[in-house]
Amino acid sequence: MMRLACEQLDIRIGSTQVCKNLDLQMSSGEHWAILGENGTGKTTLLHTLAGLHEPSGGKLLLQDKLLQDYSRRQLAQQIGILLQQENDTFPATVMENTLIGRHPYLGLLEWEGEHDKQLAEESLKHVELLSCQNRDINTLSGGEQRRTTIARLLTQNAPVALLDEPSNHLDIRHQISILNHIHQQYRERLTIMATHDVNLALRYCNHVLLLLGNGETCAGPAHEVINCEQLEQLYHIPFREINDQQYRLFFPAMS
Amino acid sequence: MRIFLLFSILILALLGSLILAMSIGSVPIAFNEMLHAFSDKQHLAYTLIFELRLPRAMAALLCGGMLALAGVLMQALLRNPLADPYVLGVSGGAASAALLAIMAGMGAWVTQAAAFGGALISILLVFILAHRKGCWTSNRMLLTGVILAAGWNAFISFLLTLSPDTQIHGMLFWLMGDLSHAQISIYEGGFLVLMTFVSFIFARHLNLVARSELQAAALGVNTKTLRITIFFTASLLTAVAISLAGSIGFIGLIAPHMLRLVIGSNHRILVPASVLLGGTLLLLADTLARTILAPTQLPVGILTAMLGVPAFLFLLYRSKQ
Repeated sequence: MMRLACEQLDIRIGSTQVCKNLDLQMSSGEHWAILGENGTGKTTLLHTLAGLHEPSGGKLLLQDKLLQDYSRRQLAQQIGILLQQENDTFPATVMENTLIGRHPYLGLLEWEGEHDKQLAEESLKHVELLSCQNRDINTLSGGEQRRTTIARLLTQNAPVALLDEPSNHLDIRHQISILNHIHQQYRERLTIMATHDVNLALRYCNHVLLLLGNGETCAGPAHEVINCEQLEQLYHIPFREINDQQYRLFFPAMS
Repeated sequence: MRIFLLFSILILALLGSLILAMSIGSVPIAFNEMLHAFSDKQHLAYTLIFELRLPRAMAALLCGGMLALAGVLMQALLRNPLADPYVLGVSGGAASAALLAIMAGMGAWVTQAAAFGGALISILLVFILAHRKGCWTSNRMLLTGVILAAGWNAFISFLLTLSPDTQIHGMLFWLMGDLSHAQISIYEGGFLVLMTFVSFIFARHLNLVARSELQAAALGVNTKTLRITIFFTASLLTAVAISLAGSIGFIGLIAPHMLRLVIGSNHRILVPASVLLGGTLLLLADTLARTILAPTQLPVGILTAMLGVPAFLFLLYRSKQ
């Protein structure tokens, strides 16, 4: 059981106030979506939760221990993060790029063993890239590169997964198949994803955190928090809802 | 298997160029005579090999290895394929200080110490200027280095203009690299072995940092400590190599890239392989430098470029996109 807690958390980047005095408890089995307009700080919030950005006030606790009291290596064994984008200067194969997800678990001079390779192969299979494992990452399309980084996160296989716009660059089939898989692999664990897709958030997340700008936030169970009024306040455009008993679907009601 | 093959080839190439370096020169020594030299200390071959050719060959191997290793480290650290000690102004700082020492009529020992000091000063300048307010990006560091290098180059030209003709020749040799006065001991050898080992320990970290610093941090690399460790390891290697043999450019750039084109950029292979290839390249270049126009000796820097440019362009042209 993993618990990640924010106490009076204050995050700022440049002149943007991401959140102010935020109190939040997140634990295994919960799947959070972070929604907000461009530039409200979704990425910065994820980076802060991964220990990659210093909060300007308050506390962040992982299992009741301050995040900054963990070494980078210990943290990487507990929290994996899918970053929004990366670019490769030097050639490396898809397999090499996936295997580095095992870095936090390997000793200084240790090489990846059978278990690590097996995990990487399984992850590549789930993102449908196993047949490309020996190709140079730079020869892949944007979507395929994205799937490689997702495979790396699956290979890291940490108890907490932070996903920064996981559906970016993915076609609609891969959005569903990959998020389905993540949902399955991490069902009992904690996932937090930043996204612009309200409907995807509703499909895969049971909790949401809205970043309303100016440090204001709103958090709670997804089906209670998300409704047309709330979305209008979030995105400043009117919304309409379709509910067919199985799915709730929100779309902008612009004429 | 590929790794085994690669290292076999690299080691064979190194031994081959070592034998070549022993046998050719003003007095050629055939291979069987070379074997005599080991048993008979009165033999001319013994003097030639053990007092002249072997020390010089070892110096070439060590300097080449150090420069290539420094290149690998800086390219990974700055995530830029163009980074090398020469480009970053380290060599320029060393050269400026060394030329000042030569101008002042100082001996070889002082010149060497000056080069070492100059390299370190240049490195510190890059580090301090690029690090202002704790904000650090690889581009900022690269730009700082390139601009400083331009400054050093102007200063070097200035010194050359002021120098009397009698000193110009020695200065030019120093600027283009010259191994004829390189004195090495067991310490330089130990230093290279130690630095190679340190780099090898951090090889997997380098793989991550070379891709993305943020991603590396997210996967558990303490990037701040690693950056400083790598930067100073690379700088120390450069400073030692330059103080031994003058400012030899290019090895730090081509040796790692030739290997990247063949085996990719896994630093666990790249680090030791670059040391071997860098040493071999410099030894070959030096052997040619002292023989092709004998008795005239050429600065080794000319030969590293003459060997390296076509070899590198060939590999680049042949490599698949």
